[in-house]
Amino acid sequence: MKKISLILVITSLAGGFAARAADIVGTITLNGTPPPEVPYTPLMNDSTCGAMYKTTPTTHFYAVGPNHELADVVVSLKGITGKSTGASQPPVTLDQKGCLYEPQILAIQTGQKLVVKNSDSCIHNVHCVPTVSGNPESNQVQMPGGADLDFTFAKPEMFLKFKCDVHPWMFAWVSVFDSPYYGMSDKDGKFIIKNVPPGKYTVEADHRKLGTSTQEVEVKDSDVTVSFTFDVK
Amino acid sequence: MPESALLKFNRPLHGFAVLTALLTFLLLGAGGLVTSHEAGMSVPDWPNSFGYNPFALPFKFWKGGVFFEHTHRLIASAVGLLTTILAVWLWLKDPRRWVQWLGVVAFLLVVAQGILGGMRVVLSEAELGAIHGVVGQSFFVLMSAIALFTGRFWAKWSAVKEMSGARRGLKLLVLAATLSIFCQLILGATMRAQHAGLAITDFPTAYGKVWPDTSPAAVAHYNADRMDVVAEEPITVFQIILQMVHRIIALAILVLVAASAWRAWCQLGLKNPLAKLAVFWLALMVCQIGLGAATIWTNKAADVATAHVLGGALSLVTGALWCIIAFRHSAVLPGIATAATISGAYGGTPAMAANK
Repeated sequence: MKKISLILVITSLAGGFAARAADIVGTITLNGTPPPEVPYTPLMNDSTCGAMYKTTPTTHFYAVGPNHELADVVVSLKGITGKSTGASQPPVTLDQKGCLYEPQILAIQTGQKLVVKNSDSCIHNVHCVPTVSGNPESNQVQMPGGADLDFTFAKPEMFLKFKCDVHPWMFAWVSVFDSPYYGMSDKDGKFIIKNVPPGKYTVEADHRKLGTSTQEVEVKDSDVTVSFTFDVK
Repeated sequence: MPESALLKFNRPLHGFAVLTALLTFLLLGAGGLVTSHEAGMSVPDWPNSFGYNPFALPFKFWKGGVFFEHTHRLIASAVGLLTTILAVWLWLKDPRRWVQWLGVVAFLLVVAQGILGGMRVVLSEAELGAIHGVVGQSFFVLMSAIALFTGRFWAKWSAVKEMSGARRGLKLLVLAATLSIFCQLILGATMRAQHAGLAITDFPTAYGKVWPDTSPAAVAHYNADRMDVVAEEPITVFQIILQMVHRIIALAILVLVAASAWRAWCQLGLKNPLAKLAVFWLALMVCQIGLGAATIWTNKAADVATAHVLGGALSLVTGALWCIIAFRHSAVLPGIATAATISGAYGGTPAMAANK
């Protein structure tokens, strides 16, 4: 009986915390006109990869919508460590398709599995190049139709680079966080950081080309909206 | 016994040494293409290639960066084999002890260079790539020197006095220029090992100025503007300064080489081989600076950047051989062979030998 009471108390406490947690939502916009995207000319010059396209694909360093909404911005709560739930989260997939990484910007938690696939009919080498000590570098070949490669990272790191040296235009940038409090802006520039406990936080928005922007927020018992505007430098 | 008394021109040996030096030059080009195409890590294992015996890698894998990296490895294997044969040949057939040992040094260097290249892949250390590049250039100088030492001209030049006109000042000037070129090659290899594309995208200005703005805001602006498909890594202040130093040293080298050519012409006359070599060197240097500019104007096109690497190698070798000939001549001229020994080496009369 005592045991059941204890479980009930813990459950209601946990429920109470969950109810008090709120989301941080917002929109990212870009002020100004970014440089024009460039065609993947080396890709088209490669006989195998070029054959996969009718027209030359272009970069999307600046994924900007019609109303200046900016995608591929990684938004996180700064300075939160040791809260990772990555080990229990489903894996995130990074595919190699058409001799390009898909997606090219993504985020995971420490301990969360990242699965790299090769959907192409050609060989790739998956070369991960971390810069933070504790995240080991690795370089593995992946044959067409070869087994998926699994990666996990122990330390948080912004924009950890994945590259293919067989096709040197192929890059993906994986941001690794030590907590579940992060999000990424979608094609509408919107992002959401879910279930943030009450408190004062620094929200950081990072874009590969445009750098970093931060804002201070306080989370109480309802959703908080915070928006960022990046300027073209 | 004077060295020249032992000399007997061995055409096959000299031909083989020249072939090895030429193949080394080709190898430098292949290595340059690997770096220019950012393909150094495209074959993750070594000494095997994707687990295969490197000499039996199926052609279906020879695509993209693998083509450049694997070709480089195969040419390197060929250079290693030729160098080994040359070292044995020199040991058995060249009467000069120091040349025999040079062959041994070449053998050890090519082995070390091979291991260095392998370690660059296995350990994935970009810095090792820079050292690999510099050792490669040094090895090319050594192979070219061996080709010179085994050649007919080496013996002939040691017997004639036309080379003795170069004064000490000129020799030191050429030596200074050659050492500057070597330093420049170290700098160039360091820049290439950054794998960051062009740190400065315009020439002769640098981001529109004589000296570029390196404030954090300016560097952030440069990076935001970089829309390169391959060179995705952001550039740093260090890389910008590195390229500026490279430009300044290039200018200093041009001045030194031009002064060398001018003084050689004045001191020796244009018919003198050393003066001709110095003028050729100046022409090479002008081409090399043109290639450096073209590397920037073409946004580091792989073939242009590789030609720039090869131009650097030729510039270094030209200066090094000039120094070897000039300094060696003044060092050994008093003990040089009599006409009779030269006649013995080449056949014919002493006068004929001296004129060969």
